[in-house]
Amino acid sequence: MRGGARKGSKKSPKLIMKTRSVICFTALPSLSPSRLCSYKRDRKEWADLEPVPQDDGPNPVVKIAYSDKFTDVYDYFRALLKNDEKSDRAFTLTAEAIELNAANYTVWHYRRVLLQALEKDLREEMRYITAIIEDQPKNYQVWHHRRMVVEWLNDPSEELEFIAEILSQDAKNYHAWQHRQWVLKEYKLWDSELEYVEQLLEEDVRNNSAWNQRHYVISHTTGYSDPSILNREVQYSLKQIKKAPHNESVWNYLKGILQDRGLSSHPGLLEQILELKETHCSPYLLGFLVDIYEDSLENTSGDQVEVLSKALELCELLAQERDTIRREYWSYVGRSLQTKYCSGDPSTTSSAPETDRGSASVSVHQETTCNS
Amino acid sequence: MESVSSPLRCFGECHTAEKYTDDGVETVTSVEQRKVERSIQEVVSVYKQIHSLPHTTAVFATMTEPTLLRDQHYQYLKKGLRHLSDAYECLDASRPWLCYWILHSLELLEEPVPTAIASDVCKFLAQCQSPTGGFAGGPCQAAHLAPTYAAVNALCIIGTQEAYNIIDREKLLSFLFSVKQPDGSFVMHIGGEVDVRSTYCAASVASLTNIMTPTLFQDTPTWIVSCQNWEGGLGGVPGLEAHGGYTFCGMAALVILGKEHMLDLKSLLRWVASRQMRYEGGFQGRCNKLVDGCYSFWQAGLLPLLHRALFKGGDSTLSLQKWMFEQQALQEYILLCCQNPAGGLLDKPGKSRDFYHTCYCLSGLSVAQHFGNMDLHHELIVGREENRLAPSHPVYNICPEKVAQAIQHFHQLPVPVPAQKEVSSACNTTADHS
Repeated sequence: MRGGARKGSKKSPKLIMKTRSVICFTALPSLSPSRLCSYKRDRKEWADLEPVPQDDGPNPVVKIAYSDKFTDVYDYFRALLKNDEKSDRAFTLTAEAIELNAANYTVWHYRRVLLQALEKDLREEMRYITAIIEDQPKNYQVWHHRRMVVEWLNDPSEELEFIAEILSQDAKNYHAWQHRQWVLKEYKLWDSELEYVEQLLEEDVRNNSAWNQRHYVISHTTGYSDPSILNREVQYSLKQIKKAPHNESVWNYLKGILQDRGLSSHPGLLEQILELKETHCSPYLLGFLVDIYEDSLENTSGDQVEVLSKALELCELLAQERDTIRREYWSYVGRSLQTKYCSGDPSTTSSAPETDRGSASVSVHQETTCNS
Repeated sequence: MESVSSPLRCFGECHTAEKYTDDGVETVTSVEQRKVERSIQEVVSVYKQIHSLPHTTAVFATMTEPTLLRDQHYQYLKKGLRHLSDAYECLDASRPWLCYWILHSLELLEEPVPTAIASDVCKFLAQCQSPTGGFAGGPCQAAHLAPTYAAVNALCIIGTQEAYNIIDREKLLSFLFSVKQPDGSFVMHIGGEVDVRSTYCAASVASLTNIMTPTLFQDTPTWIVSCQNWEGGLGGVPGLEAHGGYTFCGMAALVILGKEHMLDLKSLLRWVASRQMRYEGGFQGRCNKLVDGCYSFWQAGLLPLLHRALFKGGDSTLSLQKWMFEQQALQEYILLCCQNPAGGLLDKPGKSRDFYHTCYCLSGLSVAQHFGNMDLHHELIVGREENRLAPSHPVYNICPEKVAQAIQHFHQLPVPVPAQKEVSSACNTTADHS
């Protein structure tokens, strides 16, 4: 979906053409200057095929000023497609078409049809797709193609190493992570993944993709139900927080793993966070406290006036001073808490019944206790 | 209507305190973040210098307020609608997108599209329509949900009978069935990949053209909800990191399907609100990544959707004037940091302009300027009144009038009868071994 001029790391087709034209010129000096490249249209191997020019309609819009090379390759590609030709020259042409525009999913699909129809060597295709991905790692089609080849070969043995190589260049490449998660799940290759995640977090504790992968691996292996696992993760998170308190990822992870069980139910956590507040404070810590207090309000019966008051105070502090970019959000959170848990503020009216999950019981609670 | 002529948030004395705190632990993430902040600081200080010049001439006076470079953007868009350089070869499989990005940008700028060009766009998109239904990235290419979404949106922006008549609704429905998967998801094209974008593209075109059938989106809401993760946002497929683009697609699709309450809206709200960058004012796509102008729409655009969903759920504590993000800060980021002086908008300072960023920066600017809907509307325009853009529909991202008009037109037509009544029989043919 992303648009625009090609990103810096990719080879420009102009550069390729220039190189070829130099070679062509020296090899075949008798060719006229305007036809220095070996266009399909000049080659006898293609003479039997009538190229199909693109039909944009009478008055084209968003008309791209294709290079001659581009036009040539795609005119012949369209011809092959039209005839449903399944030949080696067609297969070779798909590579050229891909080089000119690796996002052309129609070409990729056709290449896959040919791979099967011509019973091409899939190991060689793996080598090919490896090179393409190295060159253009932020493209949907290349990763999908690799997945198809891996599936056909039923051989994931190169995958984790290959993906790690791509991630070593860009540790957050979304396509790479997607492919990795698919490989792990499909072929059950979980054994070394947590170790790999820890290595990445050693390199950059702020790598949110790595934190996500941590959650993915644990969720799909031990799970978080086992208290010793959960505690290990909580301790690991607190350790990372102490190293870099302003790392949002770790705070989100801590909340993420505890929220289903209820933040206020984890023994000693509130105390630990309040202790951290003195020396390792951050907007994230304060937000986490709001979350603990909110959970306590939700899940503890009895007088919660103190808790509500602390929560509201924090929302105010965040909105006015510590996290002002989220002023509207924190004000809303404060108002919601106030309305839901009724601070006795006469201006508060009970809210309309909520249909959000988890809140039905609260509105009943509210109606029976807040008769203002 | 509120017009903010001054002061700018980024000129405030507290602004520099919002810079990234790396706790003395440098990593790739913090290094990159600080580089961006330095470049933003540079842009802001240049602006400040212009701002503090004596207002001795009319020229300087008009330059003191952030200005949307309307004329420049218009020329850039007008040209692009006809001709694009070979730098756009990489988008040769996305030409309906180019139509949509440009037409939507023009409608936000309230620049009319000449009738002749509108008709030419229709004829071109007709060339992109696949004989088996749906639209492709260009003539003679295979149908794909993304250019299908873009083409339908572009035709709805044009909004003429000619435009509406281009769409072969029967074939479109069979195309949607052909990419539907048993688990409720959709592949982007035959033999293609699955991710949550596809559900948005499918739901968008099906609802606009009135081809929704009882089984078309069976199990789709459940699948989308499974993409919500521990962070509160949605990933491209279940298990992946929460990401602004995918979160928007998932949420908007659920809104269309009337199932937005299946999500944990509170944690989604927390996640997206946290994506606004305290220093830059713009949005990042994922936690601990960099600001990018396009997320002005994908991320900020979630707040109108959430506002509406929470309101529908009975929430009485929602603001009546503002979205739950810093509207002024976002407008400042876009106006000061995302405009190319020669026209077009961009990701961040130092990046090149392109039509994708032009569309989504302007869309985000519109979201930040307009609160509410037709009944309750509150505007906040940073800079001159001339910066005001047209409001955009938060689900479809075309102007609300065009949405209404399209829905009205297509609802006069009967829902096509699908050739394949059962999804499951259609799905096996898309299993990707061809």
